[in-house]
Amino acid sequence: MRVTVKLFATFRDGRFKVEERELPEGSKVMSVLEPLNIKPEEVAICLVNGQNVDEQHVLNDGDTIALFPPVGGG
Amino acid sequence: MGGYTGKVLRVNLTEGKTSTEPLNMELARKYLSGRGLAGKMFADEVAADVDALSPENKLFIATGALTGTNAPTSGRYVVVTKSPLNGVIASSNSGGQWGAHLKFAGYDMVILEGKADRPVYISIQDDVVEIKDAAHVWGKDVYATTETLKQEFGDDKAKVLSIGPAGENLSLISAVMNDLYRAAGRSGVGAVMGSKNVKAILVRGTGKVENANADVMKNVLSSALGKLRENGVTGQGLPTYGTAVLVNIINETGIYPVNNFQESYDSQADLISGETMTANHLIKKDPCYRCPIACGRYSKWEGGEGAGPEYETVWVFGSNSGIHDFDAIHKANDWCNRLGLDTISVGATIAAGMELVQRGYIKPEELDGTPLEFGNAAGMVEWVRKIGYAEGLGAKMALGSYRLAESYGAPELSMTVKKLEIPAYDPRGVQGQGLQFATSNRGGCHVRGYMISPEVLGLPEKLDRTSLEGKATWVKIFQDLTAVIDSLGLCLFSSFALGLSDYAALVNAVTGENYSDEELLACGERIWNNERLHNLRVGYSAAEDTLPKRLLNDPIVDGPSKGQTLKLAELLPQYYAERGWDGAGVPKPELLTKLGM
Repeated sequence: MRVTVKLFATFRDGRFKVEERELPEGSKVMSVLEPLNIKPEEVAICLVNGQNVDEQHVLNDGDTIALFPPVGGG
Repeated sequence: MGGYTGKVLRVNLTEGKTSTEPLNMELARKYLSGRGLAGKMFADEVAADVDALSPENKLFIATGALTGTNAPTSGRYVVVTKSPLNGVIASSNSGGQWGAHLKFAGYDMVILEGKADRPVYISIQDDVVEIKDAAHVWGKDVYATTETLKQEFGDDKAKVLSIGPAGENLSLISAVMNDLYRAAGRSGVGAVMGSKNVKAILVRGTGKVENANADVMKNVLSSALGKLRENGVTGQGLPTYGTAVLVNIINETGIYPVNNFQESYDSQADLISGETMTANHLIKKDPCYRCPIACGRYSKWEGGEGAGPEYETVWVFGSNSGIHDFDAIHKANDWCNRLGLDTISVGATIAAGMELVQRGYIKPEELDGTPLEFGNAAGMVEWVRKIGYAEGLGAKMALGSYRLAESYGAPELSMTVKKLEIPAYDPRGVQGQGLQFATSNRGGCHVRGYMISPEVLGLPEKLDRTSLEGKATWVKIFQDLTAVIDSLGLCLFSSFALGLSDYAALVNAVTGENYSDEELLACGERIWNNERLHNLRVGYSAAEDTLPKRLLNDPIVDGPSKGQTLKLAELLPQYYAERGWDGAGVPKPELLTKLGM
């Protein structure tokens, strides 16, 4: 299956802004994090199609995963 | 006692006299200072039915209990008055340096009363207070006014608070500015100062604000600074990217209003994100007094440089106007700083104007050749200038989006609560924040209870933004806690890292009081109810605890939150019950007794 991975703030340093990834069926968010060398505890917000999930969330074909370190403002 | 100076400066502009009086410490214990105490004194001294722009209204410019101390983020002051935009209690706060320096001069608060018979400014040099002629700076912008008054005073350490031409022109979306770029922006407080013929307040203070328990403060301060440093938001996210780091997270959540809230997701948002600003525009950080976070930006753009822009400003002149031109956003922000305008209300009024054009209400011949359409960056920048100088249709827009849209028979196109423009979050996808917008005491405002923190950012814990469960309780606690933080003169951003116990420890170490957590939060609840009671006296009721029809009735049309709606009818009764108010949103007598009001 194909998913879109979007990185934000410091996660972009040395990586990318947005890329598509090919993953085996049944993959979890964890399978996206590992090759990027991002530890789950570094992720403050993980959105899959805009919904807040954790690293054990099972992905589906066509999902958009947005990963953020701690960010805030107002 | 530490923290407070114990002294209030009262300026009677009609008689041209100044006087000082002791701060009412009995009231300060119950309402703290800043927003709380000034709000209480305002409610006691100003009749509910006065015209906001008449001499009978008063302008309270108040520091918080901790302003000017060594507590982190303690540079804030507040402007409390009757809002000319909507008649409710205005309490707009601002950072920078000015507030701390008012304390150094020896005053907790300045109260402007009456009206001067000609343009004046107030000069405060410790005990020497003078009302001076301001004819030579009347009509000048904020930058020129600040520079001129500082030069004449002859001491660069002086700090200047002023209005711009927009406040002089009585724009109902004008701000009180300080330290060039900092704004007490909301509710049209600049117009109240302008109505009194007061252009500026220059302050030069040489004193110091003492802590009652200096030894205790060392440990309390060390703990607070450690938490601010270790927290990912206050220690890393905000310092690195500024508040505009929110553009992407709010957009990816699908609650990022586009084209006057007609859509809620912007596929081009990254063009104007905090990440892009940091890479292409940032010159340096521009921190407020005693702030270890330093989210303030100093930026460059094509043909200029200056402070900002903040997240709200980026959004309102950017995506909410269909614009992705960072130079144009910077220029619009710079005009607002110069002219003394609230960026949120100005941008939202321009966006409402764009939709009025889109739907054929505003005719091309009314525009005097200046484009007013989504996506037209040069036109947008020019409308900001026209609003500030009240030129052409800009004069009508200077009264805010509600009056503009209403004058064309389409008030539903004004994205406001209680006539105040709603900031950069679509409430249909964030239930708690939606309830907060509807119930905020000053109208459409995000910083009276920032539910985005738990519902989107996951601080202090993650809440399901689509769920109603517990939201009324969270909103009440956030509103009360925010009232405390505002009244201490601290920045709301400190609350990403600090909690109620940290604030209690700080206020106790500084003032020598002994508030428990519960007692301190009760101060916040008292402040909230004082504001509510004032608004009820003015004539507001539960009917105004609502949102524009679009945000109340229509689902989100696009993006990750497509189909979501705000369930305000379910939330509001829960909130009233949580607050101890009756079904009509009126505080019950037993609540007021409990709070000692």
